[in-house]
Amino acid sequence: MKADPLARRIPWAVLVFLAAACVPWLGSRFYTFLATDIAILALLAASLNLLLGYTGLVSFGHAAYFGIGAYTCAILMKSYGVSFALGLATATVAAGACALLFGAFCVRSSQIYFSMLTLAFAQIVWAICFKWNSVTGGEQGLSNVPYPNLGWMSSLPVLGGLRAGDHYYLLVLILVGLAFAVLKRIVESPFGSTLTAIRENPERAEFVGINVRRYQLAAFVVAGAFAGWAGALFGIFNRGVFPDFAHWSKSAEVLIMAIMGGIGHFWGPAVGAAILILLNQQINAYTQYWPLILGLILIILVFVFPSGVFGAVHSGLQRLRRHRHA
Amino acid sequence: MLSARDIRKSFNGFAAVAGVSLDVPAHGITAVIGPNGAGKSTLFNLLTGHLRPDSGSVAFEGRDITGTAPYAICRMGIGRSFQHTNIFRKLTVFENVRAALIAHAGQSHNFWGRSAQLYGAETAQILNSLGLSDQADTVADSLSHGNQKQLELGIALASNPKLLLLDEPTAGMSATETREAIRLLERIVIERKLTLLFTEHDMDVVFSIAQKIAVLHQGRLIAEGSAMEVRANREVRRVYLGERQ
Repeated sequence: MKADPLARRIPWAVLVFLAAACVPWLGSRFYTFLATDIAILALLAASLNLLLGYTGLVSFGHAAYFGIGAYTCAILMKSYGVSFALGLATATVAAGACALLFGAFCVRSSQIYFSMLTLAFAQIVWAICFKWNSVTGGEQGLSNVPYPNLGWMSSLPVLGGLRAGDHYYLLVLILVGLAFAVLKRIVESPFGSTLTAIRENPERAEFVGINVRRYQLAAFVVAGAFAGWAGALFGIFNRGVFPDFAHWSKSAEVLIMAIMGGIGHFWGPAVGAAILILLNQQINAYTQYWPLILGLILIILVFVFPSGVFGAVHSGLQRLRRHRHA
Repeated sequence: MLSARDIRKSFNGFAAVAGVSLDVPAHGITAVIGPNGAGKSTLFNLLTGHLRPDSGSVAFEGRDITGTAPYAICRMGIGRSFQHTNIFRKLTVFENVRAALIAHAGQSHNFWGRSAQLYGAETAQILNSLGLSDQADTVADSLSHGNQKQLELGIALASNPKLLLLDEPTAGMSATETREAIRLLERIVIERKLTLLFTEHDMDVVFSIAQKIAVLHQGRLIAEGSAMEVRANREVRRVYLGERQ
């Protein structure tokens, strides 16, 4: 998997980040909206991929931790007037703590039983969000979640002319960028290598001295915490939190994003998130049969690009390069 | 060094290992032989914590390790290989060994360091001693069968074990490959001052390197001793000759 030296020298992630930072100056409220959506869900999909692509665990309930993060931050900010920074931190810790609690049960089972347990716990989280009216707002959710105070951005020279939504987008971009940087560092660490070894062969991993369950649980907690981080950002972006955030269909959506982009690459799920959101926007403009189109896309994907869009492009480029060298 | 006391294991009423007591002396090469289905692999799995015995106990360097989890047994200094090659298939040869080194060094929880900068020299040294240096960047899955077996040995060595348990180290190899593999194994055991316990179906291999041989038949040990003693044992001759002719 050695990239062309030239291609490797170009810091693609930084370029994409800088390009994304220019979106508010395109002037359209809609573009900023889309870009915020993509940035947050890209992080959610990447956090799921720590389990899916790196540890080899298929979670059907990742949205639960997204929902826990969203609700925690929104409730703290709206009902208790807590600052955004503290809300975000608490949301991340709460999601990680719930992942630790639920994950401790989930990793005791393997394969399909693991997946079913993640789904079961996610449904419990959803049911709590749906029914605990006094705290979560029940079916109606919580609306009018306040924006963090970003007034200071207006006094800055270049950013002053932008709308509040643009300011929040820039904040999201920085926080998501930060999370991506940490996540990338984690997958390239000895801890990340350990997870990959477990994915490849849990039995052998156990016999080189790795406590497989404990590391699976650690991956589950880290993935949950990042999902909570993304959820907190999303609740504010959405100006409200709803039980849908933790619903199983949301978990499925994230799973589709990750697989669509390619779970074999760090950036694959992020690309998948962007593609799915943009496709959804485009197709909804023409037809109301989005689920049908999504189904067709999935079928094509599984048969034609099993390694995802990012995987297909990546191996295509490699083949091209080898051709040129030959 | 390793001693099993009357260990038993049944599967659905079938006694795969029916009361085996075995001592593996330190710094020697011990072989467990026996016809197919004699219970060799089950015995191995009982000794390494992969299976828990129904009764009996296993001790390593005087400590009871019965029912201890495999990862903990590995950390005490017991490395093993499997009869069916058990490697990290989609990782490169280099990454396979490095993953084991990371685990052995207790670095698995280090989430902020960079794997790429760790244990390069140690990995290269192990690959070199196995003659796998040229294939360091090859994906393990695409190695030849013989090389995969060697890689698995490399993974086991990365934990720097005192006792190495190899389940059929030459299974599926040609006669030439087998000879080379055995020579390699002998050299490594001497270099690293290892204690080796292995199972084998090839009698030539066993008699050429093992100092102590235990013969397993239908879940029981029927003979134990040096190559000469085992060869002269009437019971062993009956079991083996009876099966072969």
